[in-house]
Formats: sequence, structure tokens, C-alpha cells
Amino acid sequence: MTTSADPLPGLVGFTAALREAGLPCDAHRVQAYLAAVERLDVADPGQLYWAGRLSLCADPDDLPRYDQAFASWFSTEPPVRQHRRSQPPKQPRIAALATEQGGGSSDKKSGEQLSVAASDTEVLRERDLGELTTAERKHLRELLETLRPVPPRRSSLRYRPAKRGRLDPSRTLRAMLARGGEPGKLAYSRHGPRPRRVVLLIDVSGSMKPYADSLLRFAHVVVRGSPANVEVFTLGTRLTRVTRQLRQRDPERAMLSAGEAVPDFAGGTRLGDTLRAFLDRWGQRGLARRAAVVLFSDGWERGDTTLLGEQTARLKRLAHAVFWVNPHAGKDGYAPVQSGIAAALPHVDRLLAGHSLATLERLLGEIRDA
Amino acid sequence: MNQVSSPEKLAQLLEGSGYLADPGVATAAFLALRMRRPLFCEGEPGTGKTSLAVALAEALGMPLIRLQCHEGIDAAQALYEWDFPRQLLHLRALEAAEGGRLDVDTAEQSLYTERFLLARPLLRALKAAPCVLLIDEIDRADDEFEAFLLQLLDENVVTIPEYGEVRAEVPPLVILTSNRTREVHDALKRRCLYHWLEHPGLEREVAILRSRIPGIGERLAKQVTEAVQRLRAMELLKPPGVAEAIDWAQALAALGRDELDAESAAITLGAVLKYSEDLDRVRAQLDALLA
Repeated sequence: MTTSADPLPGLVGFTAALREAGLPCDAHRVQAYLAAVERLDVADPGQLYWAGRLSLCADPDDLPRYDQAFASWFSTEPPVRQHRRSQPPKQPRIAALATEQGGGSSDKKSGEQLSVAASDTEVLRERDLGELTTAERKHLRELLETLRPVPPRRSSLRYRPAKRGRLDPSRTLRAMLARGGEPGKLAYSRHGPRPRRVVLLIDVSGSMKPYADSLLRFAHVVVRGSPANVEVFTLGTRLTRVTRQLRQRDPERAMLSAGEAVPDFAGGTRLGDTLRAFLDRWGQRGLARRAAVVLFSDGWERGDTTLLGEQTARLKRLAHAVFWVNPHAGKDGYAPVQSGIAAALPHVDRLLAGHSLATLERLLGEIRDA
Repeated sequence: MNQVSSPEKLAQLLEGSGYLADPGVATAAFLALRMRRPLFCEGEPGTGKTSLAVALAEALGMPLIRLQCHEGIDAAQALYEWDFPRQLLHLRALEAAEGGRLDVDTAEQSLYTERFLLARPLLRALKAAPCVLLIDEIDRADDEFEAFLLQLLDENVVTIPEYGEVRAEVPPLVILTSNRTREVHDALKRRCLYHWLEHPGLEREVAILRSRIPGIGERLAKQVTEAVQRLRAMELLKPPGVAEAIDWAQALAALGRDELDAESAAITLGAVLKYSEDLDRVRAQLDALLA
């Protein structure tokens, strides 16, 4: 701790160190911090710790970073460290997707430039996303931007003016007043429509690698269409929420930060475990409740699939509709026999193909009607 | 409110109303009081977010006003509403008295007065301040509703178009709670102190049980707490919170048990676990739970 007469530089320096560690300490929060310190006994490390934690943190993910910065800046152990059980996972920062977005075949560039000239938009729409050339991918991105996703609707609690429905005393009275108190036509209202939440779960394990980039771009388009109502997670060896990253307007920046957020891109998969992590941490608390949930995966599950079956059943009980999009489902001779998908299929509303732009467009239609 | 000079003092006061606050909670509530800032409480269900507001109101001798948020909550449900049926009756009565010659302006003025204003929790809180205002489960409300709260939290003022401004003399002590079903907007969080609540440690939880259930034996309280903490470490659909621990101990006490053994646990497990999958899983390893 700083022992000089004026503790201010030390405290402000601490907030700068926190900013360095990735905490959102803007001027507003720093001000609150200083105000908090003023009201407490700074000589007591416990109170000093809490002053900052209460005013500078804003998320459980911030807490481990705060603890670490506190320990190194004031060289005092944070007073609560010992009994924290459910430590929130740290945000990983590994650039993975960013380098992948060009597709893995940049070495054959010159030949492909020609093929795109011939490749007509209609043909591209039906092409398998996993087999696109670099130039075709670029074209596909432009096509994806033209999609106009419409969120599904549900009835809201809020009343809207309508021709029939419940009597609307407020509007009736206003109309009466306008006529000097003479009763006139009665005004009605009824529950208005609201967008239903859409949750996209994208498998980014190794076997889905050819599709992951396009699917994330597709997710970006869906998120941009209705930012408040769409949530996106990636499933791999672990669960990552990428909604925030995908809310950025610019697709390239969105993909870059999503790539940085996903630590397990093209790694292994434990579909059952990650699905359970999603349901425990987000789904059951409200995110999946009455939502339209889309799971993008080829259903390759190593080992026991009981867990995956259980968790899909749980998802089905929470969600309004569950769609499973499998890139292989649209291909000739496909049968849902992979152990994972066979276990989950009884609890899925629809199994859809998702290997081409056309099938993704069809998926948007299914989501809209969910 | 003035007698609270330090977090420890506040913790003592809270203890008097049956809430055992750890230093974090006590400091959070103390700063919220002193800095006149709303306190945003997040944490697993059952860590005592809502009961903190209840206990604060009791400890500080202030009324508690609670707004339960839900999807689609709007200003009419949270702030105020005009009592239209009574306004209509009043209008009719005026008309009859005036013999049909109703002056529209005067009539309208007489309609939008305090008499016909139905105060909902937020307006009530501004009028009743000093008080504790609990905005419960803000994560369930739509994000538009958060924006609507910003002015109120900043200035302690609401504007009613037909009526005028209502300003709180003393700002209410605002406690917001969230279960993290969705992310609350940063603009709202920035105006608040933020506290993440953990499940209490073993000793504190035993103390909570003992203070909540009069006459419970030390041994039973300790056994229940240990079992509940073991349950939290298992992978359950719904890990038990403090409220479930209290329920369980209460159920055992109601059955006249003074010890948690395999038999009494088996018949009371429904008080602490709320999913059949969880019940099955725990029943299968009951011995490990009570070890």
C-alpha cells in the first residue's frame, strides 16, 4: 500500500492497472471508487478491497482479475479468496478464427479466381459451404449480408390498441373528454406481438471446421437483424458466449473478436457436457425458456451419448422449439446414425440440413415460423 | 440511518433482524447507504439477494417497497396508472351536477389529480422515502425497462405528463437483484455499486440456520449445512441455496428429528432438491452425502 500522505495517486494508479487487466474502469467508476474509499477505513485491507470490488467490478468474470490486480498492487491477499468455490472461468484470449476466415486453401488462389467468374450466384446458393474456394467464400459473405432474418413472434403481456379485445378505459375516456363527456365509440386493446428469443448453438469442433466460419457469419447476420433477441454460443471442448462480439456492426471485426473469444476452435467436442454447461449456466435460468433454439452440429460424439440424450431432452422441455441443423443432413445417402444425433433425435423438433446458403435460408424460414 | 457509522455497525444491525452479513455484503450495503447509490446484487439463486433488502428495511426501520420484474413490465405497472373507472364515475357525477353544461378544461383538471392517481411501487417509493426500494430480478424485465429506470435512479424524479413532477425528498435505498439470465445493460450497472454474492461459508451458514430456526440443535444445524454444501459441489440441476437449507432444517425440526441420518434424509430430501433427476442422483449416493 502507498504510505505517502496523499493516497490518491496510488488509488488512481490501481484503477489504471485494472484497466490494463481488462476491467471497464471508466472515469465514472473511478469517481465512485474514490467516493467509496473516502467513506471507509483505507487502513483496513478488507475495506479497501471491498471499496474497489463494489465500485469497479460489474460482472462475475471481473472478480478473479480484480483479485489478482489487488493482490499485486497492494501486495495484500484479497480477504475473500479462500472460500470462493464457484470461480467464474477466465476469458480466454486466443486468436483462432481470425486466421481461419480465408479458408484453408489460399495456396491455390490463382486458379480459383477464374472459377468464381463462372460460378453463378444461383449455383453458389446450392454449393456445400465446406467445399467453397476462397473467392467463392468472399462472394458468399456478400450474399449472407443480403439475408433479412425475421425473428419469430410470441404474444406479449403489453396491450396495444386493437379493433377487438379488452376494453381500453384510458383511450375511451380521452375520446369521451374530447366530446365533452358524451359517451362514444369504445376503444379496445389486446396483447401485442413481441419477438421471441432465438438461441444459436454452434459446434466449432474439428469435424465442423469447414462450416464454422460460414455458420458464425450466418449467426452474425441473425444477431444484427435483431440484436436484443438473439444469443449465440459456440460449443467445443467448452462453452463460449459470443453474442457480444457478434453484435458489432462490421462483420470482419465481429468475426475477429468472436475468433479471439473462442479458445477451442477446431478442437475436440464433448457435446453432452457443453450442452449441459449451457443449460446450467444460461438455459435453465431463462435464456432457453420459450426460445427457438438452433443447434448446429454434425452430432459426432465420442463415447457415451446418454448425457447428450438427457440434455437434449432437458433443452426440449425448456425451449419452445429445438432445431438441429446438420451440415450432412442434406447430402445424398445421409441417415442420422451417428451415435450423438441418434441419441438426441427423439427430443428435437426438426432435423434440418445446413450445408449451403439455400438451406440456411430455409432455416431462417423455419425460425420465423417457430 | 445516522447511527450507522461503519460496515461493522450495519452488520450488527442486520444481525438483529436475522440476516448474517459477511464483510462484503455489509460494506456493500453501507456504501449504498452512504453514497446514495443503488446496489446491484448478482449471484446464484438462494444466496440472499432479496432477503438482504428485506433485512435492511427492518434493520434501518424503513418501509420496504418491492417491485417484482417480469417480461413485458411497463411504466403503468411499475410507476403509476390513472384510475379510469373512478374517473369515469366522477365525470358522470360532474355532468349530472352541472346539468349537462360541462366545462371541458375544468373537468379534465379535476380528473388528473392525486385522487385518481394509482401509485405503483416506484412512485410509492419516491413518495414514501426514506425507504428501501427492492427492484427484484431486473434481468427478467425487457431491456427497454432498464432505460426507463435510468432517470429514476439518477435523479429520483418521475414526470407524470398530466400531473407534474414527483421528487423524493430523501433518495430511497435501492437494491436491484439479478439472477443473470441475461446481461443487464452497462449503463444501468454504471450507476450502481456491484456486488456478487457467494453461498455462505460453513460457519456462517450454521449460524444462519440457528438464527432462523429457533430451538434447532447445533448438531442438526451443522449436519444439514455440511450436507447442503456437499450437494452444492455435486453436479445438480438446481444446487440448493440458503433458503433450501433452511427449509430442510425446518422440515427435519417439524418431524421432531434432532439428527440427520439416512432415514430422515431420505424422507425429507424433497425440501432441499426440486428436480426428480437430482433426487434420483442423490438418493443413489446418500451415504456419501452424510459421511
